[in-house]
Amino acid sequence: MPIESAEGAALANRFETGATFSQGLKAGLPIAIGYLPIAVAFGLLARSAGLSLFLTVLMSLLVFAGASQFIAVNLIALGTQAWEIVLTTLIVNLRHFLMSASLSQRLAESLAKPWRSLLAFGITDETFTVASLQCQPILSGPFMLGLNLFAYASWVLGSGLGVVLAGGMPASLQASMGIALYAMFIGLLVPSLRKGLPVIIVVLLAVILQAVMNWAPALNLLATGWKLMISASLAAILGAVIYPQGVKDDDD
Amino acid sequence: MTTTELIWTVIFMALVTYLPRMLPLVLLRDIKMAPFLRTCLQFVPYALLGALIFPNALYSTTSVPSALAGICGSTILAYLRLNLVIVVVGGILCAYIWGRFQCVIF
Repeated sequence: MPIESAEGAALANRFETGATFSQGLKAGLPIAIGYLPIAVAFGLLARSAGLSLFLTVLMSLLVFAGASQFIAVNLIALGTQAWEIVLTTLIVNLRHFLMSASLSQRLAESLAKPWRSLLAFGITDETFTVASLQCQPILSGPFMLGLNLFAYASWVLGSGLGVVLAGGMPASLQASMGIALYAMFIGLLVPSLRKGLPVIIVVLLAVILQAVMNWAPALNLLATGWKLMISASLAAILGAVIYPQGVKDDDD
Repeated sequence: MTTTELIWTVIFMALVTYLPRMLPLVLLRDIKMAPFLRTCLQFVPYALLGALIFPNALYSTTSVPSALAGICGSTILAYLRLNLVIVVVGGILCAYIWGRFQCVIF
């Protein structure tokens, strides 16, 4: 087990450089378990929106981006036009651009473009965070593949399971599952706050910016994806201005 | 929408999701970035996590108080450095129990 309670959730994987596929799987285990309730919730929602098992699983197989899938299913239920759904999906998922740029500096340079194209498919908020918070400076291809694959399998299987289980679960428990995604983010973020003041300041900046955009008039009309992009990049840039030395790595 | 239309919608969703994931990872490989930019990108995960959590998490369940209960519960569990799975399940349970509790009181 990579995660021991004494070690802290996301920081526990102190692997050597060139971590293997199975180490990737191990690092992906908490994501896979964390995804299950969320994926099941997605399946339940898709079913109640009238999507078939085939379409629900197809969406999870091809898109593999939780937040945008939840939104898309909502829009489908509301009878929204296809191009609007696609545009919303693009905006919500533009944040992966930032993650991909960030990861491009961490992946082994020897990793060829086909490998990179494959690994790119598995970038999600969670796989990105777990990969980013690894202590070793260079991320290997097999490690990333293991990490992404486990998360992906859980997401696809969970979505299907949700459609099948729909109806059998009490509504109050279903409603509470919405928090699962955020509980996972909190579980990833809180242990990283121990990395020092720069991280804490950047997180606070991002939260304040996001809150302002959410509640300030006019700004709150922006789509969620834009808000995320703007507040995250502004907070990261401000952080780099205030702390040019960046985050202190445990290995340095 | 018909099933065919829905399938095409999903395919286009897949395309617009994949491109932003793929382009930087493939194209930025051989580019040496300025130190300032690298520092920015180093901060991205933390900034993104912060912005993802707040304030959206408040509206993730049927009521803000129950979401707050879930947020507080998972924050405490995460602060205690417990396993991620315990943090997630604990958060769901806090939100669920608080939601039930509210129904009884009001």
